[in-house]
Amino acid sequence: MYNKGTIIPGLVIFIVFVTFPLWYNGLNAGPVPKPDLPVGEKECVAPAGEMRDNHMKLLNEWRDAVLRDNDRANVKVGGKEYRKGLQMACMQCHTDKEKFCDSCHTYAAVSPTCWDCHLTPAEAASKKETH
Amino acid sequence: MDNTRRKFLKIAGAAALAGMSAPAIVKLTSHTAFASEDAGHATPAHGEAGAHGEPVSTGVRLGMVIDMRVFAVQPMLLDQAIAACNKVHNIPHFTDRKNEIKWIWKAPYANVFPEQETLHKSEMAKTKPFAVLCNHCDNPSCVRVCPTKATFVQPENGIVGMDFHRCIGCRFCMAACPYGARSFNWQDPRPFITNYNPDFPTRMRGVVEKCNFCGERLALGLEPACVEACKGTGAMVFGDLNDPASEIRGVLDKEFTIQRNPAAGTRPSVYYIV
Repeated sequence: MYNKGTIIPGLVIFIVFVTFPLWYNGLNAGPVPKPDLPVGEKECVAPAGEMRDNHMKLLNEWRDAVLRDNDRANVKVGGKEYRKGLQMACMQCHTDKEKFCDSCHTYAAVSPTCWDCHLTPAEAASKKETH
Repeated sequence: MDNTRRKFLKIAGAAALAGMSAPAIVKLTSHTAFASEDAGHATPAHGEAGAHGEPVSTGVRLGMVIDMRVFAVQPMLLDQAIAACNKVHNIPHFTDRKNEIKWIWKAPYANVFPEQETLHKSEMAKTKPFAVLCNHCDNPSCVRVCPTKATFVQPENGIVGMDFHRCIGCRFCMAACPYGARSFNWQDPRPFITNYNPDFPTRMRGVVEKCNFCGERLALGLEPACVEACKGTGAMVFGDLNDPASEIRGVLDKEFTIQRNPAAGTRPSVYYIV
């Protein structure tokens, strides 16, 4: 091999540099987030595992059903009926966006744009009609 | 040697010519090519058959009759209807008219019916504000120009809907709408909303919005907020224009009505008794 003296140290430096985030944090991904689950409610629209993996897809399906296909059929969860929608279904039980949604989203460094338009329960309460 | 080169150039030239002209010939000779161009634009019910002559929409087509005679005698009624809409849909109030967000609003006769402008108008036309909102056209120009299909005709009820998630804020629809029924969020509307309706989202900076005929309320079996605010007065009648037995058709059969800018060919669903 030609230029062994530069290639091998170069490769080593490269690997060290690329894996910087891993070893800098001591090969530890930090504490796993524990979102606040609603008190008293046991059932969600789908099993917890499926919700964890696919809640974003479900929200998109609901969005398209309500807005595009005019299919506003209610969803039934544990005997209660909810209208399809982030504000009208999800946040009825998961009443704290900061302690539920954000706990994982911040950890995973994803920033969904839902709340640009949709009101969190806290925001909705901040300008509630009083009379 | 010369001979084969000459031959080669001939064949290459002919092949290039054939290759270039083939797509054009295929397009001109096959009829399906024309049909497929239209397939993506509109739902079959709102297809090009209605470009001339009578409307062709079938099924439910929601519309509204606005009886200005009632609004003229009860000036507060229109304010109530507008307030009801603003409240239900989290509509911000901007003091600067440049930023104004309008779903249902007031406009003078001269702006609502510019083509009906006459020298001697009735007292109502001269002085009273008219109620204006999205006409939920059968052939909406806003839908035609929307590059993302964020606005579209709902085939189930003829409502011209908006999917704010898809709006990229290009404002083509605002340029296309002959009725000025669309508003753009130049800035974050939230600080300008007095009270939130927790059942409806707000909008964000950079999207266009307009009246949705209260699609979300219709789903709950309620009437549109403005119609509900005028309940019992007959100032606003809402219903299916394609159902001959509906209340709105009864009013349309009985009264002479006019529409905004019918010459635009958009076939509005909002009628006015003036």
